[in-house]
Amino acid sequence: MRAGLTRRGAAAAFGAAALAPLARPAVAQGEAVRVGLILPLTGPFASTGRQVEAAVRLYLRQNGDGFGGRRVELLVRDDTGVAPEVTRRIAQEMVVRDRARVLAGFGLTPLAFAAAPVATEAKVPMVVMAAATSAIVARSPFVVRTSFTLPQVTAPIADWARKEGIGNAATLVTDFAPGLDAERVFKERFLAAGGAVPLELRSPLRNPDYAPFLQRVRDARPQALFIFVPSGEGAALMKQFAERGLGEAGVRLIGTGDVVDDDLLDAIGRPALGAVTSHHYSAAHDSPENRAYVEAFAAANPGVRPNFMSVGGWDGMHLIAEALRATGGDANGDKLLAAMKGRSWTSPRGPMAIDANTRDVVQDVYIRRVEERNGRFWNVEFDRVPAVRDPGA
Amino acid sequence: MLTVLLDGLAAGMLLFVLAVGLSVTLGLMNFVNLAHGAFGMLGGYVCAAMLNRAGLPFLLCVAAAALASAAAGVVLERLLYRRLYGRDHLDQVLFSIGLVFVAGAAADWVFGARQQLIALPAWLSGRVEVGPASIGAYRLFLIAACGLIVLALHVGLVRTRFGARLRAAVDDAVVARGLGIPVPRLFALTFALGSGLAGLGGALGVEVLGLDPTFPLKYMVYFLIVVAVGGANTVLGPFLAAVLLGVVDVAGKYWVPELGAFAIYTAMVALLLLRPQGLLARAAER
Repeated sequence: MRAGLTRRGAAAAFGAAALAPLARPAVAQGEAVRVGLILPLTGPFASTGRQVEAAVRLYLRQNGDGFGGRRVELLVRDDTGVAPEVTRRIAQEMVVRDRARVLAGFGLTPLAFAAAPVATEAKVPMVVMAAATSAIVARSPFVVRTSFTLPQVTAPIADWARKEGIGNAATLVTDFAPGLDAERVFKERFLAAGGAVPLELRSPLRNPDYAPFLQRVRDARPQALFIFVPSGEGAALMKQFAERGLGEAGVRLIGTGDVVDDDLLDAIGRPALGAVTSHHYSAAHDSPENRAYVEAFAAANPGVRPNFMSVGGWDGMHLIAEALRATGGDANGDKLLAAMKGRSWTSPRGPMAIDANTRDVVQDVYIRRVEERNGRFWNVEFDRVPAVRDPGA
Repeated sequence: MLTVLLDGLAAGMLLFVLAVGLSVTLGLMNFVNLAHGAFGMLGGYVCAAMLNRAGLPFLLCVAAAALASAAAGVVLERLLYRRLYGRDHLDQVLFSIGLVFVAGAAADWVFGARQQLIALPAWLSGRVEVGPASIGAYRLFLIAACGLIVLALHVGLVRTRFGARLRAAVDDAVVARGLGIPVPRLFALTFALGSGLAGLGGALGVEVLGLDPTFPLKYMVYFLIVVAVGGANTVLGPFLAAVLLGVVDVAGKYWVPELGAFAIYTAMVALLLLRPQGLLARAAER
């Protein structure tokens, strides 16, 4: 029975996962290495999960699913994005019942926090493909991150704004943990570089309308407005920014790349034009790796453009695959982790590496401007800060 | 200053159109319908889908959104709500909150969890100078459109035969039925009207409030505040309440952004202490 599990390279369906534990032979060479992918596939953060999952599946399809002589079998579970206890339970089930040798995914910080103790206890590498708070890598010695950290992508825009001669900038962030982080990092960097932050606004998380905040900014007339809002809210904010005529009033819109998410940029359209953001990935990144990636992604997922979440998934899967190659197929947690540390490669996003000590991602951060090309909107990179590390919490 | 006032007015007017249906079902039909926002959401999605996928004119989409929500209102009223008119409020709350979750999941399934974005026609974008202030053309349009609706509702309820019958049916359903007033049909129509208005508000609000599957839950509190402050028996009460809350909310966020979301709740507490029956409600119980 289930010859597919013991014969290397046989393309067993993903559905085999359900029956697999019954048929588990003694740990034999050639048994599939199970990678447990935990993502928000429903609920408010579903787009994150879908992007990551699509990229991981694309990677496996393109590169075959055998690495270092071992087949990789993907287990995908939905944690709904809003329930850390669910993430934790799924992580436990995957490790204990399904014998997953690597955990991956993790859409948001609280979810990564919830799963970290499971990784520590089971000595299983935990590849964070999306969540972006600095503290995550410290939660478990088994956490490795392939996404980005918020301070890492926030600091460059503050430096760029000063370099551009912007002397005073207002901030408008959503009043939740990542928003406050972004506000703090931007302000620290901007002040340190000699700028002034005359106005700091925080909008409630459940905010019906940005009108009063933007009006306040318009009346204060800073040279730039730094924004950070939850993914998806950026559209409404930028539309109102344009509608209220802040651009004409001389206020430049700057922020991190989340607000001009490639997944949403075409839907936001004109109001985003001219917004300058800093981020680690743009679908318009000019490299052969990225052109191939965007083309393959769009072919596999019609109508969807890969965004910064997707490359987190792509590179996370790449890291797992390369680690397996390096260990010669040995899925021992400590060995895999050792193989992941310090690894560097060229991703669709550009050069990146995993810091050998912090296990956090080190990557180039780009300064981009929204431009229209052939009726579609892109974040066109025009400046680059090489090998940025997380500046710390 | 004037810009803040006008922004607040626009927000309040929109809130009113979204919430007035709730005030009608609660005040006139004595039914606690927490799923009211779901009809607003339906309207929003109908409008967004027609606008984005079929490219139809904006006003047509808004009208279709109102009709679709009204139709959904009739169907649900006949199939589900009617069975709960006689039940106690807890049953109604449990039923309607369940409906909210069903609606949210359905929207997620059909349209996805992301925010829906619409592109307004050119004549509604840009800004207009009104005296010393400048205001977005769309907000001006909101004020005008919602003002017309308020007027129509008020006249309709006070001056028309339909309004008189409705008020009679609410005051004493048994006697009204005895007089030959078709009470169940009247209620169904009223429910449809309230749902349709919510759909209209939802469609008008996509640009300002955003639209995603959490819409009914996100704004439920706002609707309830409007009804609680305005009193549930009139049209003008909730209208005044909505405008007042809209202005206080916007002005609070403008002048004391540190308080952020609290201004509206402070206003609600103050108003309820002053007028526990609602802004315009008669002091005595009938």
